[in-house]
Amino acid sequence: MSDALLVGDVVGQAAHGVGQSADPFVMSFSVFVLAIFIGYHVVWNVTPALHTPLMSVTNAISSIVIVGAIIAGGPLEMNLATVLGLIAVGLASVNIFGGFMVTQRMLAMFKKRS
Amino acid sequence: MLSANMVALAYLVASVLIILALKGLASPESSRRGNTFGMIGLFIAVVVTLQLPSVQNYTWIFAAIAVGGLIGAVTAKKVPMTHMPQTVAFMHALVGLAAVFIAVSAFANPVGYGIADATGSLHVTSRIELFLGTFIGAITFTASLIAFGKLHGLLSGRPVTFAGQHLLNLLLGIVMIAAGVMFCIEPAWTPFLIMLGIALLLGVLLIIPIGGADMPVIVSMLNSYSGWAAAGIGFTLGNDMLIIAGALVGSSGAILSYIMCKAMNRSLFNVLLGGFGGDGPAAEAGTKEDRPFKSGAAEDAAFLLKNARSVVIVPGYGLAVARAQHALKEVVDLLLKQGVQVKFAIHPVAGRMPGHMNVLLAEADVPYDIVHEMDEINPEFADTDVVLVIGANDVTNPSAKTDPASPIYGMPILEVSKAAHVLIIKRSLSVGYAGLDNDLFYMDKSMMIFDDAKKACESLIKVLD
Repeated sequence: MSDALLVGDVVGQAAHGVGQSADPFVMSFSVFVLAIFIGYHVVWNVTPALHTPLMSVTNAISSIVIVGAIIAGGPLEMNLATVLGLIAVGLASVNIFGGFMVTQRMLAMFKKRS
Repeated sequence: MLSANMVALAYLVASVLIILALKGLASPESSRRGNTFGMIGLFIAVVVTLQLPSVQNYTWIFAAIAVGGLIGAVTAKKVPMTHMPQTVAFMHALVGLAAVFIAVSAFANPVGYGIADATGSLHVTSRIELFLGTFIGAITFTASLIAFGKLHGLLSGRPVTFAGQHLLNLLLGIVMIAAGVMFCIEPAWTPFLIMLGIALLLGVLLIIPIGGADMPVIVSMLNSYSGWAAAGIGFTLGNDMLIIAGALVGSSGAILSYIMCKAMNRSLFNVLLGGFGGDGPAAEAGTKEDRPFKSGAAEDAAFLLKNARSVVIVPGYGLAVARAQHALKEVVDLLLKQGVQVKFAIHPVAGRMPGHMNVLLAEADVPYDIVHEMDEINPEFADTDVVLVIGANDVTNPSAKTDPASPIYGMPILEVSKAAHVLIIKRSLSVGYAGLDNDLFYMDKSMMIFDDAKKACESLIKVLD
């Protein structure tokens, strides 16, 4: 949690520091690099016993590309771009539902000695 | 409709929830709540995107979500835990393919994404981002399909190698980048499709030389790729949430690949060059000399186990292949009932993907607090009365520590030879995937029980009960 807040601050300050308008790519790139750092720290803390659920949940998470797919499939007019977008929505949905549910199923199996 | 600022803030909330989902995996107790955070995060992201003014095509979008969601849900409910590696590999393929479709769609209709300049042509930065997103997605797609095929047994696990393989890959890589550069200078379909086609082909060529036994590293690496592909799409769309989620997944997969390589004492480069470790025993098996060893029956093993103060069980993938987890759990219960302290020791590469053995044991109702990682348990072997090795081999081979001439010298192992007695359940004295004889089998303190893992556990249950 504190990591996430920190990134917000750093990005905010970076934006002020460069003044009016950094190139959007540079802003995105800052976010990208900081997110890698968060990922590095968060993932090293994951207990090795849960590395398989980690992989299945990251599958669901990388299917966040569904956001791009929805935008691509968004227009009412059906053409190549829309159809490909809609297929991508379906593919990403398989992963989102499948990824989270199989992760849930695995995590439910991990029980302490009673 | 939400304002642009509200949309950005909602995406920020979703990003934080996704980070919390990963953070929750620090312990099994917090992990379930973390998973719920992740679901809420994705839900917010989807709902916010659906209300964007450009999104109108609700019927089709909901139909696509329903069909995909149903397939995903049924798979998640039905898939056996032993099939998790190929399931995850298949899901990586889907992320890769989705990324490719989105990239092609963005190129076909750049105006719809707001990434076109006044003339309707792509911005230069967008061209570069599109190039990166497309080729990473395409390689992820085909490479994951091959990994899936090898893991699922549709393709042979043996490495496929031929002369000039690496040179061919290098040349294809150069042509692909050249086409990409042409695309960045003048965005047209021809260089785009050449680049896409070569990337798809490279995905296949990069994975075929890699043996079945190295697949844990490859699945982790493709996990990483799928993250970078998502981040690439995030750059194309200028969407920070996608960039954050992609970067998290990318670094997660990279760390897992590193952990797996370290546990096998190999470099990632060495794994990627391929040609190592098929499914079957390697050729050097013939060089084995005849050495004396002790073997015993289930009764002998049960006697030792029953009279031990402390027992450590070392399970390997052979346990899962024999479907012996549940029988083993019964053995553990019987020992616990007799007051024996029982622990499990897991090597990082036990199983076919990171953490696989832990899931298989959890499925058999083995409590996770008696399952220990290599670094935790290694100092305890010296105080252990009996070690029971089931379906594991190379990860217990003492020559990794003692014999500088051994090919696995330097690989971290479970130091089971320090225990007072070692029982090894194995069908024969055959070698493991490294193709090496295991000195452990010939030690004075060792006893071999030649049997299938499941049958051996069942015999133990009969004697112990």
